[in-house]
Amino acid sequence: MSEIVEQTQLPPSGPEVNVNQEEKTVSPWVDVWRRFRKNKAALFGAVLVSFFILLAILADLIAPYGFKETALENKHLPPSSDHWFGTDEFGRDIFSRVVYGARISLWVGFISVAGSVIVGSSLGIIAGYYGRWVDTIISRLFDILLAFPSILLAIAVVAMLGPSLQNALIAIAIINVPTFGRLVRSKVLTVKEEEYITAAKAIGMKDSRILLHHVLPNSLAPIIVQGTLAIATAIIEAAALGFLGMGAQPPTPEWGKMLADSKDFIMQAPWTVFFPGIAIMLTVLGFNLMGDGLRDALDPRMRN
Amino acid sequence: MTETLLKVENLKKFFPIHGGLFGRQVGEVKAVDDISFYIKKGETLGLVGESGCGKSTTGRMLLRLLEPTQGTIEFDGQDLTKLSKEEMRKMRKEIQMVFQDPFASLNPRHTVEKILEEPLIVHGVKSKEERKKRVRELLETVGLSNWHAKRYPHQFSGGQRQRIGIARALAVHPKLIVADEPVSALDVSIQAQVLNLLQDLQKEFGLTYLFIAHDLGVVRHISDRVGVMYLGQMMELADSEALYDSPKHPYTEALLSAVPIPDVHVKKERIVLKGDVPSPANPPTGCPFHLRCPKVMGNCASVRPVFKEVEPGHYAACHLYDEQM
Repeated sequence: MSEIVEQTQLPPSGPEVNVNQEEKTVSPWVDVWRRFRKNKAALFGAVLVSFFILLAILADLIAPYGFKETALENKHLPPSSDHWFGTDEFGRDIFSRVVYGARISLWVGFISVAGSVIVGSSLGIIAGYYGRWVDTIISRLFDILLAFPSILLAIAVVAMLGPSLQNALIAIAIINVPTFGRLVRSKVLTVKEEEYITAAKAIGMKDSRILLHHVLPNSLAPIIVQGTLAIATAIIEAAALGFLGMGAQPPTPEWGKMLADSKDFIMQAPWTVFFPGIAIMLTVLGFNLMGDGLRDALDPRMRN
Repeated sequence: MTETLLKVENLKKFFPIHGGLFGRQVGEVKAVDDISFYIKKGETLGLVGESGCGKSTTGRMLLRLLEPTQGTIEFDGQDLTKLSKEEMRKMRKEIQMVFQDPFASLNPRHTVEKILEEPLIVHGVKSKEERKKRVRELLETVGLSNWHAKRYPHQFSGGQRQRIGIARALAVHPKLIVADEPVSALDVSIQAQVLNLLQDLQKEFGLTYLFIAHDLGVVRHISDRVGVMYLGQMMELADSEALYDSPKHPYTEALLSAVPIPDVHVKKERIVLKGDVPSPANPPTGCPFHLRCPKVMGNCASVRPVFKEVEPGHYAACHLYDEQM
């Protein structure tokens, strides 16, 4: 195949040169987007995620009531035109609280994952690229962190730092560090054996430049996929910590906390549990679908 | 006589073999075992040998992509093995490399422009316009067009990619280019184009090449002098004409007899070697070739032959040329 291409393209000043020039150059990322777009489920996930992001950004405009506006006389009202999702035991509007809750859940998801991505990938890159004792130390550190069940570790961290949303976020970031670290390390181990890395060294590049310009960009795909999926897990974990009373504190409209507060009234006022629950489910579903779609779009074996 | 650009003396590379429960060193692979050679300014030294004979290892040691176990590499009067890591990094401006696999040696996420620009950035060409201009120049030099710059490596054929690899090596005006099997991965029709490009560039820029290959025909075509390696050792080194017309070492003879001649009427004697190449982890004593050599003599198994000049400019390591006693 290459032979034919070669013969038609090689004379650089041939008349067909201009025809070739029109051919569009496709960056690898544009290619990824094309493949992603074809995947309906992933697109649906992306729409869900964008929807919740919009909710979070525009919460002040969308929510008809404030998230801590209590009105005890309106306690446990079922969904109506005034209160779309009904009210909770303090008469607060659940729709407004769910909308503001998007802000909290997404914030926790993004920030905690960003934290673990930054710390985890840096450690993973260093471990993978330098190997030897550096690798041994960092890898054993990951092993220790992974030896704890993640939610227990998160609870332990929160117990040390004190229950608050911010500490829950830190805890979630910590428990995700080894996941990213290992992922990046294994990817770097394969990338660093590539000949273009040797070529980069041969050119006389510094290690720092090789890591940032060659190793990292070529290790990015699994980080993006895992990052998207990890946001979903982080949201669930934040909700779980909230449910256990170790995350967001009242009156913060955190979805998990809302579930916990309403669980005693599940028979009388099921909407108090239903709507925050469905919000968690849809966000997590959105991120998972999007993550799976990204994985397929970024997987080089799927390329044609 | 022209100046010597590179002088390699007693170069060795032993890779340790770790084994057992505690990863102790249980042996070593003698990838390159005591070789010496020199390259004059502006010439091409070909290095041939079978797979695993240490040619690529030698090439990589010249840039210190692999650290030599022993020996000196004198480049332009400076011993590269004594340079610090940082000094060596800067020195790589002078010695560049062209790789065997044009598909693997270009970063798939970078455009050609970025690939060619990078050596310039690394070696301190600050102005962006200057770099862009140089990239255009380079593309032209290797027979590609300006509009190729915005493309990614996967949009090129093998031959074109190898041209990009060559352009990258040229970017910083090196004196020496180590070409590690630069045409082995290419179709035969493309091989000739790339070889001619390399020769043209040599004339134009006064480049010096260390040309590593296993294809004897290719090496003959491009090299002024040729070294033959076997099992990590240099067996013979001479002007290409001399080496191909009157090989001194029995191994070279056997190797040359294996080259097919495209003429049905020529009958030639084919020297078929017995056995396989021994493992470099456990090389034979004495001459590494003695187990398979058709002309093996008494002391071949015990004494390693010295690599010496047997005719003016013609070096060989073989007991056949020992002084008669």
